[in-house]
Amino acid sequence: MKAPDFQYQCPRTLNDALVQLSSDDVECQPLAGGQSLMPMMNLRLAQPEMLLDLNNIAELSFIREAGSHIEIGAMVRYATLLESKLIHHHIPLFVQALPHIAHAAIRNRGTIGGSVALADPAAEMPALLKALDATIEVVSKSSTRTISADDFFLGTYETALRSDELVHSIKVPVAISEHRYGFYELARRHGDYALAGVAIGAHSVEPYTNLRIVFFSISDCAVRAVEAEDALNGKLSNDSTALGNALETLSKLNYYEDANASSATKNHLARVVMQRALSKLSTAVS
Amino acid sequence: MSGPLHKFDRPNSYIGRSVVRPDAKRLVEGQGNYVDDLQLPRMVHAAFVRSPYAHAKIISIDTSNAKSVTGVVAVFVGNDINSQVKPWTATLTHLKGMRSPPQLPLADAVARWQGEPIVMVVAQSRAIAEDACELVEIEFEPLEPVCNTEIAAQRGTPLIHPELDSNVAWEREVVAGDADTAMQGSDITTLERTFHFGRHTGVTLESRSVVTEFNKSDDTLVFHYSGQAPHMMQAVLSKHLQLPEENVRVVARDVGGSFGIKIHTYGDEIATAVAARLLCRPVKFIADRLESFSSDIHAREHRVHGKIAVNKNGEIVALTFDDVTGIGPYSMYPRTSAIECNQILNLTGAPYKIENYYAKGTVVFQNKNMMCQYRAVGHPVAMAVCDSLIEDVAHEINMDVVDIRRRNLIADDAYPVTSATGMKFNELSHHQSLDSLIAMMNYDQLRNDQKSDRAAGIYRGIGLVSMVEVTNPSPMFYGVGGAPIAAQDGASIRLDAAGALHVSCSVTEQGQGTNTILAQIAAEVFGVDIDRVKVTTGDTANVPYGGGTWASRGAGIGGESVLLAAKALKDQVLDVAASILQTSADSLDIDAGTVINIADGAERMDLGELGKIVYYRANELPPDIKPELIATRHYRVTDYPFVFTNSAMAAHVEVDVETGFVKVLDFWVVEDCGRVINPKLVDEQIRGGVVQGIGGALYEECLYDDDGQLLNATMADYLVPMAAEMPDIHILHVETPTTTSNLGAKGAGEAGTGGAPAAILNAVNDALRPLDTAIHQMPMTPERILKALYPDKL
Ligand SMILES: Cc1cc2nc3c(=O)[nH]c(=O)nc-3n(C[C@H](O)[C@H](O)[C@H](O)COP(=O)(O)OP(=O)(O)OC[C@H]3O[C@@H](n4cnc5c(N)ncnc54)[C@H](O)[C@@H]3O)c2cc1C
Repeated sequence: MKAPDFQYQCPRTLNDALVQLSSDDVECQPLAGGQSLMPMMNLRLAQPEMLLDLNNIAELSFIREAGSHIEIGAMVRYATLLESKLIHHHIPLFVQALPHIAHAAIRNRGTIGGSVALADPAAEMPALLKALDATIEVVSKSSTRTISADDFFLGTYETALRSDELVHSIKVPVAISEHRYGFYELARRHGDYALAGVAIGAHSVEPYTNLRIVFFSISDCAVRAVEAEDALNGKLSNDSTALGNALETLSKLNYYEDANASSATKNHLARVVMQRALSKLSTAVS
Repeated sequence: MSGPLHKFDRPNSYIGRSVVRPDAKRLVEGQGNYVDDLQLPRMVHAAFVRSPYAHAKIISIDTSNAKSVTGVVAVFVGNDINSQVKPWTATLTHLKGMRSPPQLPLADAVARWQGEPIVMVVAQSRAIAEDACELVEIEFEPLEPVCNTEIAAQRGTPLIHPELDSNVAWEREVVAGDADTAMQGSDITTLERTFHFGRHTGVTLESRSVVTEFNKSDDTLVFHYSGQAPHMMQAVLSKHLQLPEENVRVVARDVGGSFGIKIHTYGDEIATAVAARLLCRPVKFIADRLESFSSDIHAREHRVHGKIAVNKNGEIVALTFDDVTGIGPYSMYPRTSAIECNQILNLTGAPYKIENYYAKGTVVFQNKNMMCQYRAVGHPVAMAVCDSLIEDVAHEINMDVVDIRRRNLIADDAYPVTSATGMKFNELSHHQSLDSLIAMMNYDQLRNDQKSDRAAGIYRGIGLVSMVEVTNPSPMFYGVGGAPIAAQDGASIRLDAAGALHVSCSVTEQGQGTNTILAQIAAEVFGVDIDRVKVTTGDTANVPYGGGTWASRGAGIGGESVLLAAKALKDQVLDVAASILQTSADSLDIDAGTVINIADGAERMDLGELGKIVYYRANELPPDIKPELIATRHYRVTDYPFVFTNSAMAAHVEVDVETGFVKVLDFWVVEDCGRVINPKLVDEQIRGGVVQGIGGALYEECLYDDDGQLLNATMADYLVPMAAEMPDIHILHVETPTTTSNLGAKGAGEAGTGGAPAAILNAVNDALRPLDTAIHQMPMTPERILKALYPDKL
């Protein structure tokens, strides 16, 4: 299939991009890595009037330390994250999870900002950002907002982003030595979207504190299992009653069905991935 | 015929060696010539509006907006195209009672599957054509879709073709002996299973592609296509576009895989030819992935209810089954869509001694995309049904699965043998192959490890299959039933003035290495270096008449025709050389492009020199020597309807019983395809086939909802097997050359696809056995395995 005709702009500065985006004359769609947008255009599921290519905006490609946070520009590619020393030192959850996102060729192009803006319910990144208690910086011509990951993802392909805004960067708290992270996903083939997956962050284990258990690919967006977190916070990792209770709470999540799994199957798999990710959690940060 | 005429170990020895494909570099460097690479002056591009409904009346079509798009050349509705075409009907006379209504390229009054082409837009580019497609307005009146095969044939189900009295296309019963009586008796153990096989399709790297040129001045049509059977297509186009056959030229240059998908008559391709004729401009149609999934033929949607009976010794006393399969709304032309079912009726249980046999097949119409022949037609179903019943019943009587096979496989020295279904088998090696498989895979060790693994909560399974594969078919396959499908093939070989060979042959190359094999045979039999052999295939204007590629016949039949032609040309050349050298032809031979003395190997004359004398200085030859330096030979199998091959395969899998995920740990194949001409190419065929078989067993399925909507028509949703998940595939060969030819080669193209699903099915069930559950549905997805494991919860 071929995309319908569209106009194209490739600004060099963020400001130019934001000016274009705020224009009422033409409906713009930002283009980042194109790994989701281009297929959608070729399938004619997306028919933007104008593509606003962000790939020449150097201001959006950075990874830097800012106090107790790491700031990552929207245009940073998955592959760059995986190569970054800062990421390896400070966001070990990314190192665990990113190899599961698609294939090397797609990770060479796909960006963190693109994944965040898209909010695919099966994508890893929204869940990772929730598990890490990250925040998302969005900008428009006239304003800047900071939105927590918990509040950013609203539903399938639905976010708090307004049409005149761009994702500017992501702010992730750095890991300290007590923090623990776990990640587990079940994908039919390596690089596929998962049938079910979970990302977990904890400020400590033995007992669990400040757990964040976030599922992806089971519901209409990355979903925190707050009741499961409550059942486990303050408990030791070998407390099987607490674990049992936490697993039971998962039946209350809102599962969606697809051609490969009924909601009952999703619920079953959610239990399995949570258990497996928790069992990895007790091992130390890299 | 008997015995090889040629020694296969001469200096130009290529047969039996892993010769590197001469065309590999060109293809890897991106220098291939695929249909989409073709750019012709004034060429325009086609796209189709396809039915969004599985079953609907077409009330009205408004093309005015589409026609007004800048760059649109023409918009054709059903009658515009259909009126130019003689309808085709896909039945074969030897499939008694088979019926299927006449077909035309575009749906006119009623659309009968989601994806059926209705309107054709031709424009300056494909993108413009797609823009215009969006503006075509069609008013439909949805009709009740008939999708489920098991109810399609029932009374009261809506008729897909009201002119027929039911949705049944074909039925056949095979009866041998008396199965019912044989199943009685106190020492008999019987076992029944119901199997479900999912629809899947052969996902080719290069999609279906056509460029058609029509020259009005001389009324000739050139059909460039990505396909397997140029001469068949020539006959089809000639008959249904009503052009003299000699005015139709079909060209298949490089082809990026076909697997049986590209050997049929597709409405969109015929419409492309008609459009070229109407517009007098070249028209290109390249199917995109979405179109491929919804209009390339699908295969293997079967529900089989099977029953096996064994005695105390594990001897099979009877096998019965009943197969229902849905083929879409029509039978596919010209091979028909009943062959898959027919193969299942013929081949189930074929490796074994079975005297009492009953099989019933019912082929029904339904409102889904059409089904037809895809690699290993019928074999995956036939092998999985029989070998799953055998392994399950073996456990029932506490017998090892290898042991029960040894008791039932036809003895290697018993051939020729005619099976209960009337198939004639010869020169097979089931026992030798199984023995060699067991040794290669270290069977006993695996069984021991399995026990200790289970104790540790690891569920691993071992599954086997013994199988036959139909190869080198005679005219008994299609020609006998009236289809324009040749079972014979021909080769012409010409020696040029520089001493090089030019081979043209009617079998075709789709990436499997056929051209390499033909070059190997020509080079060796004639006596030149392989880089002095140029092979042409895939062009009806330039090759002898023949069947092309299907049913694993390229090497066995096309190869034999090359062997015969090379031998004939060599005799000619030696006669000329003898005359020039004033000696007798039988004292000479050809070696590495030089005529030599047989006696002392002395070099007598370079072939280039001989060529120059013949072509430029024929005055040096005696007047009665009139060399042609070209020879043509044709070959068909005469002694048997088919030349069967056999193999034994095994899979080792691990099932994650919490998730239903299956990991294939290892896969082993022992294959007997007769003479192995190029071990690496044969191994590639086996490995690729096994991977496709694993695809069918674990991953691939065209999922439809109850309304006949295809749910997963993208490469993200339709899961083809990928390298990361594939096991090592270990291969050994047993070579029992067929005596039906000098070459001795049988086919090897479909064994892996035919056998692997059975081995995987058995392995998964072997892993699940201690948990007292089983699955008999393919693909064995995580959810289906979980449902088998936790029937109360999921
Ligand atoms: C074969 C394949 C497998 C894949 N597997 C996975 C997988 O397993 N897991 C996974 O998570 N993803 C997967 N993906 C998707 C991939 O990760 C995408 O790259 C990602 O989802 C989008 O990132 P992108 O940079 O390519 O964005 P694009 O495709 O360029 O854009 C995506 C959307 O975000 C918008 N957008 C982009 N950047 C911004 C911005 N800065 N501000 C505002 N809006 C913006 C665009 O307008 C568009 O709507 C896969 C893709 C492919 C092709």
